[in-house]
Amino acid sequence: MTAILKTEKLRVEYRSREMRQKTKVALCGLDLEVHPGEVFGFLGPNGAGKTTTMNVLLGFVPPTSGNASLFGIDVRQPIARQRIGYLPELTYYYKFLTAEELLRFYAKIFGLARAEADRRIDELLKLVELEHARKRPIKSYSKGMQQRVGLAQSLINNPDLLVLDEPTSGLDPLGRMKVREIIQRLKKEGKTVFFSSHELGEVETVCDRVAIIHQGELKAIGSVNEITGRHASLEKAFLEIIGFTTP
Amino acid sequence: MKNIFAVAGVVIKELYRRKDFYVLFIVTILICLMMASVNIFNDAKIVRYLKEICLLLVWISSIVIAVTTTARQIPAERENRTLLPLLAKPLTRAQLIAGKFLGCWLACGLALLCFYIFFGALAASREHQWPLLNYFQAAMLHWFMLGIVVALTLLGSLVFAAPSSNSTICFIVVGGILFVGRHLDQVALTLLEPTRTIVYSIYFAIPHLELFDVRDLVIHNWPLIPWLYFSLALLYALGYMAVFLAGACLVFRRKAVN
Repeated sequence: MTAILKTEKLRVEYRSREMRQKTKVALCGLDLEVHPGEVFGFLGPNGAGKTTTMNVLLGFVPPTSGNASLFGIDVRQPIARQRIGYLPELTYYYKFLTAEELLRFYAKIFGLARAEADRRIDELLKLVELEHARKRPIKSYSKGMQQRVGLAQSLINNPDLLVLDEPTSGLDPLGRMKVREIIQRLKKEGKTVFFSSHELGEVETVCDRVAIIHQGELKAIGSVNEITGRHASLEKAFLEIIGFTTP
Repeated sequence: MKNIFAVAGVVIKELYRRKDFYVLFIVTILICLMMASVNIFNDAKIVRYLKEICLLLVWISSIVIAVTTTARQIPAERENRTLLPLLAKPLTRAQLIAGKFLGCWLACGLALLCFYIFFGALAASREHQWPLLNYFQAAMLHWFMLGIVVALTLLGSLVFAAPSSNSTICFIVVGGILFVGRHLDQVALTLLEPTRTIVYSIYFAIPHLELFDVRDLVIHNWPLIPWLYFSLALLYALGYMAVFLAGACLVFRRKAVN
């Protein structure tokens, strides 16, 4: 099966601004493949390199060495991002715009025709349950509503691949459940979802495959059952893989 | 181009939904109307002083709007992390810079239009005439000067991290050029080498914003600027805008946005 998202020997180094400090290796030879239609969980402790991987995939950070591609196109080319949706962690959207205006703005960037954009905006605001607030400025939204408008913007182009960076971060249980429902719905529609999360229970519920990364290196990859193996839960397996031993 | 216009549209919406412009516009109106209501020395020609003060306020307000609006564009996108979903779309960094520039420049143009309509109405109420072509030349040159300021500030916003430091530096540079720029060649003559060459280089390198200051044209109702010189001045401004924007694109292309 052809991979939708692929990294080969991906290495990212950040040069320190301090004279005496060493270069920090954020990613070290990362090999990943995500196939069409799967929900792929990308796990790791804080500072493991999850966001850096996403930043490379989205063209924000150039790799020091190795390759990364989306749909077989090098991530450095803007056209590679035509068929993806991206939800960053903790984003505060333009406060002076309404949800409808924000979605229309992103629709214009994707070159959606007016009628198509109108239809898509209606669909998405219904999906994320923000129809009642579509004419309200985003500055009046709660955190959960802002996250949902973020999810809507990531889906404006009806993407084949959705990249979500900790989509449930900071949400209450109801908000988390809504996001989970949306991911499951997208899975049913045959979309590919690549997301990072610290909520391991959630990952167990929605993911087909999981990768665990620690200190920039890939430690494990496989289905949730393969990763969990002899452990009682994904959390216990995760802790062992990253080398944390419980007393 | 559609991407550039989409980004520019958001910048324009931001200007008219924020209070900055309205505050400056209302303050200018109040000061001018207050002065216009007073009959000083029973002098009919006093209207020229009124026009001069009104235009000075318009110039100050427009530069404040141009610098403050532009200086916060990219830093605010970074701070609020809206730069990430934006650049994750098929939008190049050069398009983003061009869109931000166009948005800020058009927003300044809209603000200028309001200011000049008010100025024209105020002057007409005293002088009973509408020298529209003079206003057109003054406003266009003013707008193109603001284009240089916007492009310079946009470049500054990518070099200096904080919008406040960028704004301060841009105000000093723009003020310095407007007040001192035209005298630098004379200053250079009084200096010894190598300072003389350095000052001369600065004189020839900086955009001479004072060339666009044709307030006297409308204050004293002078004849129109020949259209050839007028067009050359606009081309001169476009050249500097292109240089600063190219610089901004180069700086932004190398920046990691994480």
